[in-house]
Amino acid sequence: MSSPPAIEAVRLAKVYKATTAVAGISFALAPGTITALLGGNGAGKTTTIAMILGLVEPSAGHVAVLGAKMPGERHRVLHRMNFESPYVEMPRRLTVRQNLRVFAQLYGVRDVAGRIAALADELDLVDLLDRETGKLSSGQRTRVALAKALVNRPEVLLLDEPTASLDPDTADWVRARLERYRHARGATILLASHNMVEVERLCERVIIMKKGAIVDDDAPAALLARYGRDTLEQVFLDVARGRGGAREAAQ
Amino acid sequence: MSAEPTRVSAPAAISPARIGAMVARYWYLLRSSWPRLLDLVYWPAVQMLMWGFLQLYISQNAGFFARAGGTFIGAVLLWDILFRGQLGFSISFLEEMWSRNLANLMISPLRPIEFVIALMIMSVVRLAIGLIPVTLLAIAFFGFNLFGLGLALAAFFVNLMLTSWAVGIFVSGLVLRNGLGAENMAWTIMFIFLPLTCVYYPVAVLPPWLQHVSWLLPPTYVFEGMRALMIGHVFRLDLMLEALALNAVFFTAGAAAFLALLKSARRAGSLMQTGE
Repeated sequence: MSSPPAIEAVRLAKVYKATTAVAGISFALAPGTITALLGGNGAGKTTTIAMILGLVEPSAGHVAVLGAKMPGERHRVLHRMNFESPYVEMPRRLTVRQNLRVFAQLYGVRDVAGRIAALADELDLVDLLDRETGKLSSGQRTRVALAKALVNRPEVLLLDEPTASLDPDTADWVRARLERYRHARGATILLASHNMVEVERLCERVIIMKKGAIVDDDAPAALLARYGRDTLEQVFLDVARGRGGAREAAQ
Repeated sequence: MSAEPTRVSAPAAISPARIGAMVARYWYLLRSSWPRLLDLVYWPAVQMLMWGFLQLYISQNAGFFARAGGTFIGAVLLWDILFRGQLGFSISFLEEMWSRNLANLMISPLRPIEFVIALMIMSVVRLAIGLIPVTLLAIAFFGFNLFGLGLALAAFFVNLMLTSWAVGIFVSGLVLRNGLGAENMAWTIMFIFLPLTCVYYPVAVLPPWLQHVSWLLPPTYVFEGMRALMIGHVFRLDLMLEALALNAVFFTAGAAAFLALLKSARRAGSLMQTGE
């Protein structure tokens, strides 16, 4: 018998007044998988993630995380999931250690000091622990945000453009840590990204969104074959510019 | 990365650890910033000195004020409990908006009731930092000892704090729903209480129709009670109980409004967008 999905969206929709942000999408993510949400600006990726996190209430349909409907049953599962985005910050005047301590306590981590030490070791934060978070470089802040996202060793990890504004070396370093974490924990990861290299390297499944709807959903290799393209970036451009004919021809 | 699972507690309905984490978060911030600490003391001290000297002057020139020694300074200090209590609550909440940390909290296991309790604790902490030095200054400059009010002060304090929290909770809900565009409400909303709750004059001064409005506000009972104590030397327990009953209504309404505005913010998607 297969495991129940870690995340399941059923006809999930969000309408803001006259604007449809998400138009009744359905998908299920198996436990332990890494999936990318791809799409241009305004495609509905961030709104979808926000509904999965319980930050936004769906207008129709529903989404469940580890069997709990969001946002109504969120307190059953919030301690088992986490989120990282460069657009959500941590208090800048607090030191890295203070921030991690606060979030570890919020997530009910029992050995707070031990967990912070382990994260500092794993994410190369030892020398940064007693520095103010706001005085770090963007690469260092990303590592701290990742430490916060991993503080409770989440079973479900949501990432919104986790390597945005990072140099290639730091971005590669972050991706390596995410891969290691997924393998070690068996976590389910859903990431929204515009970085096709990142998606090809990390993800075994790609969900492509456009104007709030899912326009394609498959493994990266299958998408490349279907669109007759060499890279996901070309596939992305085909979808963004409405060159659906290429796909149909491939099919 | 290590494969052993991190031990995470199942979420309790109300967790003292999560409340403690939030209090620690605000305490770290306060102690790291001397301008924030100075700000807590500066304006209450200026206001107390100004009203104190004014009272000193008119008490030397008018018989009634000579008898009513200390009522202005007492009113200033009690007003500061009301005003600074709400401001302490609201500023701690606004810190989350200013630092763009709100979404991190809203996706954590922190429950709204725990968030509110932490903000209430911090409003008392911030008030103590600001008001204790000012109260000592009032003794040094004018010989007015607020603590000399004894048990009456405890009744005044409880009632004023309850009102300040009720208003603070409501304003926080407004900011949650409407973003930092509603921030000014946090700074100004309490000033409507200044004329209506008769901080510096008796309710009888107001036009009759406005007196009815005034008696709907819990702090009115506290300021009337203070004057009864300082001028007539009578502690009006009846006024304190009426204030307490009204505060129960105010606090319940504030909490209900906060939850409704939070739900509305989830519908409107404003928890992700915490700017203007």
